[in-house]
Amino acid sequence: MDAQIMEAATAYEIKPRQAVALETRRVAKTYPSDLGLIRAVDDVSFEVRQGEFVALVGPSGSGKTTMLAMLAALLSPSSGQLLLDGMDLAQMSDIERVRLRREKIGFTFQANNLVPYLTALENVELMLRLNGRLDKAGRVRSQELLARLGLGERMANLPSQMSGGQQQRVAIARALIHNPSLVLADEPTASLDTERAYQVVETFANLIHENNRAGIMVTHDLRMVTYTDRVLQMRDGKLVKQYVTREEIEGLAGGRLEH
Amino acid sequence: MATKVSNPSADLPVFLSFKEVWRNRGRFLLFSLVIALITLLVLFIAALGEGLGNGNREYLAKLDAQLLVYSEKSDFLIAASRVDPALSTSIRRVPGVENAGPLGTSSVNLVSRESGQTLKISLIGAEPGRPGLPPVISGQPLRASKANEMIIDSNVAERSDIKVGDTVVVQSTQGTDTEEYRLRVIGLTDSRQYSLAPTAFVPFQTWDKVRPKSQAEVNSNNPTANVIAVRVSNPAEMEVVEARIFENIQNVETATIEKAIQNVPGYSAQQSTIQTQGVFTLFIGLLVIGGFFQIQVLQKVPQIGVLKAIGAPNPVIAAASVLQILIVTALGVAIGGLLTFLFSLSFPPTVPIVFNGQRTLLALGLLLLIGPVGGLVSIRYAVRIEPLKALGLSS
Repeated sequence: MDAQIMEAATAYEIKPRQAVALETRRVAKTYPSDLGLIRAVDDVSFEVRQGEFVALVGPSGSGKTTMLAMLAALLSPSSGQLLLDGMDLAQMSDIERVRLRREKIGFTFQANNLVPYLTALENVELMLRLNGRLDKAGRVRSQELLARLGLGERMANLPSQMSGGQQQRVAIARALIHNPSLVLADEPTASLDTERAYQVVETFANLIHENNRAGIMVTHDLRMVTYTDRVLQMRDGKLVKQYVTREEIEGLAGGRLEH
Repeated sequence: MATKVSNPSADLPVFLSFKEVWRNRGRFLLFSLVIALITLLVLFIAALGEGLGNGNREYLAKLDAQLLVYSEKSDFLIAASRVDPALSTSIRRVPGVENAGPLGTSSVNLVSRESGQTLKISLIGAEPGRPGLPPVISGQPLRASKANEMIIDSNVAERSDIKVGDTVVVQSTQGTDTEEYRLRVIGLTDSRQYSLAPTAFVPFQTWDKVRPKSQAEVNSNNPTANVIAVRVSNPAEMEVVEARIFENIQNVETATIEKAIQNVPGYSAQQSTIQTQGVFTLFIGLLVIGGFFQIQVLQKVPQIGVLKAIGAPNPVIAAASVLQILIVTALGVAIGGLLTFLFSLSFPPTVPIVFNGQRTLLALGLLLLIGPVGGLVSIRYAVRIEPLKALGLSS
């Protein structure tokens, strides 16, 4: 696998020797149901390095959202290990997980991302307030990040006064402002038109690379994987294929999902 | 574990709740107005209870005596009790009794000689120097037993043009005739309502002369009082004294002032009715507030889910919810209190509402409390929302 990453790195200028930020080891999630045990995620192992932007794709029901929920410390795995910065998420108490989510994870969701009664700037700063770290420097950084995302004029706007793409960009700023180890995005382009969708994902990719974070994006829109460094394909709870080279990824983005 | 523990800023709940209320101020103000109207209703019921209660109770509650002696089988109804005023002489001899005197109560018309205005009042007769006559706040107290003099309470002064120094006419029906007696108002006392009417005080013998009488009473020369008011030397020994009176005096029954008040016709029934109304209004308030915040939380499930997913701990969510409820309730109660005050200014003195009673304070306290209590269910619900909702998942 390392050889593959090296190959991808030469293609996309990733520093090859970056440390592993996230590692999953034989992670499984099972649910009891009337039809017996459902294996939503089944024996999934992979790792994501710092500065690497990975896409998690697959048809609905493939287990990618469940996987994301476990990576986000919202759900504990039934078995296996989930190591973020060397700490096993599976062994943590609820309180430790809440703390981990605000300290080490950045998150953007499909919808209802932003707190509706806070302005764009307040939404970004919220992440710093949650960590008790909102100071003058933090405020300046929040403003700079929003400006960088083209929202310099929108900082005092409420989410309802912004377009879907602008809201997603605010969510991206919120996901990154506290320097998390892992940035997760759940279908970030679901409510956007194609052009805005490309813009949002490109911005996301750039920021992850620049800030040297590990990024994972769950998406059903294969065109968006063009900005990622690697694609993990899931089906029936299993990790069935990885697309590593530029050629493979571009092929996938062009619509060739191999089964 | 993480080497550096980072907790949310202490002011985060304040920040979240104030921002939410301020940015949705239209909606929250509307709801505060609903609470304000409930407050208005509760305060009016409380004030009416206090006012009506005062109307029945005030004279007795302020009486300078601790016991009333009734005729036997009067069921502690002052108006139904008939005692010989001379009985007070025997009662004064009972050890532990400091003073005792006859009280007579009746209802008469008081006519102002200047304007001809007629006012229906309670006329109370008591012997000068004995319990039953109130202290005056201006003018002179009653001193002479048979003088044609009168003290009026502040309600008489407020509702008529009668003032100290005036001569007034007392109209009462005696037998089949309506008699008129001229009395001079020599003093004014504070509010001492009796039987929901303004009250005037005259010496007992004057009272016995001017009060309404049946034909039989007109023909009889024996004065009759309703009750004997008894002041004991040591209020701590009241029960002992009460027992002694009961032993030594024939054909009487005794009651403390509190018991006498409870037995004023209609008083208990009226007070319990008003109390029930107040409690139900508070209960409605509780449900309305609870319902509003519950609907509000239901609407916010995804939003609260996101907050939790990005690491907002439950205490922050709960504290923000409580604060929000407190802000809205306090604002509503404040507006309601102000509205009530403004409304009360427009009421004539004849409307029996009293806002300075303990009941108003109690009502205000309860109103402030029903917000958080009513919102408890919604707070519990908010705390239980799973962060997985942010992903559209549930466990």
